[in-house]
Amino acid sequence: MSAVAYTANDIMTVTAARRLRDEAVCFVGIGLPSTAANLARLTHAPNINLIYESGTIGTRPSVLPLSIGDGELASTADTVVSTPEIFRYWLQGGRIDVGFLGAAQIDRYANINTTVIGSYTSPKTRLPGAGGAPDIAAFAKEIVIIIRQSRRAFVERLDFITSAGHLEGGDSRKRAGLSGKGPTAVITDLCVFEPDPVTRELTVTSVHPGIERAQIDAATGWPVCYAAQVITTPVPTDDTLQVLRDLLERTASAHGSATSE
Amino acid sequence: MAKITTLQAAVAEHVRDGDTVALEGFTHLIPFAAGHEIIRQGRRELALVRMTPDIIYDQMIGMGCARSLTFSWGGNPGVGSLHRFRDAVENGWPHPLAIDERSHADMANAYVAGASNLPFALLRSYAGCDLPRYNERIKFITCPFTGERLAATPAIRPDVTIIHAQRADRRGNVLLWGIVGVQKEAALAAERAIVTVEEIVDDLGAEPNACVLPGWALSAVCAVPRGAWPSYAHGYYERSNAFYKEWDGIARDRSTFIAWMKRNVLEQAEAVA
Repeated sequence: MSAVAYTANDIMTVTAARRLRDEAVCFVGIGLPSTAANLARLTHAPNINLIYESGTIGTRPSVLPLSIGDGELASTADTVVSTPEIFRYWLQGGRIDVGFLGAAQIDRYANINTTVIGSYTSPKTRLPGAGGAPDIAAFAKEIVIIIRQSRRAFVERLDFITSAGHLEGGDSRKRAGLSGKGPTAVITDLCVFEPDPVTRELTVTSVHPGIERAQIDAATGWPVCYAAQVITTPVPTDDTLQVLRDLLERTASAHGSATSE
Repeated sequence: MAKITTLQAAVAEHVRDGDTVALEGFTHLIPFAAGHEIIRQGRRELALVRMTPDIIYDQMIGMGCARSLTFSWGGNPGVGSLHRFRDAVENGWPHPLAIDERSHADMANAYVAGASNLPFALLRSYAGCDLPRYNERIKFITCPFTGERLAATPAIRPDVTIIHAQRADRRGNVLLWGIVGVQKEAALAAERAIVTVEEIVDDLGAEPNACVLPGWALSAVCAVPRGAWPSYAHGYYERSNAFYKEWDGIARDRSTFIAWMKRNVLEQAEAVA
């Protein structure tokens, strides 16, 4: 048991961090993925190679970056390369083990929308757009997605596919010519989804302690599939929670206000 | 050959109404002072190009400088939306903004193609992505050697590219370091290139293989200390993450935005003579 109280965000971050093995080469998105990737580095994966799309390779920030290109990422990196180089040689070149992404919206096949809500030509909400995500989703050997679960985010049908997951399921990702396994886990503040081995539909394999299936169903815009064996997500250890707390505190003090986490 | 001059003179000479203009800098070394000078000189109908529009393009779009935007990620990094950009796209304020939207990999490759004097960029990209359905400039071709389907997108060839760097020497050779982004490619893809720098020194002190843009490949070099603020210049000053957060509140409302721009940009003359 955990003696330290933890929040829904904590267990999401800690569970995502656990997916990253030591010495993996991990291409990291900003925000929640960056928090989880650095938590992994500060706990069980000290030799993980973190890459940010600003061109920083093997970076070890002592505080979390607010932007993808904070100076902290460059100062603590093994090397810093140009934007064309990071996308051409390192990402398209096939050297990334895990792409770690966030999302605004996701569907049952783990396709991601970060472009628009509503129609593209006259959007209800204009989101930032693609950035590096479509190519991370295409070229990393596998993708881990971290996203807070709600009906607004987990939708029956995406308004726009920015980054391909398993497309229409089955072997459609492979048929589209996409390399890599695609999304292998979607980690939320309620549970963990993994794609079904055949249909590739997201299937709940692990539920966080104290969460009811009704809560998961209520926060998902499609009828949720549960695996035959659903486990309870292990609670975060006190040591890990302490490392996470310290990291977030250092970050808040460095950026001059509370973090967005 | 780069002329060492003032930012005011460089913008007056090289940035014209209707030009295709790229201000590059990937979070780091964003040429804010140059963007402000373009706003002060009242340039209109610009076809703006920038991978990550950021606050500077929020300001230029909100002040009515732009007719179109080529971009790949339009947000306030780590904070949220660019409200002036959104207002232009969602509501056509202050006037409609045509968008040519790509991915980062596409734009980086398109600048390389531009600098390489090629008509298009070639990349493995966009499979399963909806962007090609809405952007007719993203096309697919078949590899003549393997038969693979590859994406092809037009090279970026700005009329003028503006970047910020740490140092220049008195011959206009420019040195930048840290996160160098796509600045070298953007400068070499352009017809004309302006570089603002933190300082002009006698000797760059550059190691071999350092990122140096020779003065003869540039149009103008201007000393503009803190010209990248609130972004940062590695080795000189840090990014003002606090200002990036503050901008959210300033830009959310049209009148607050206009008042801020009047006070902090329009009424400020260029500090450097």
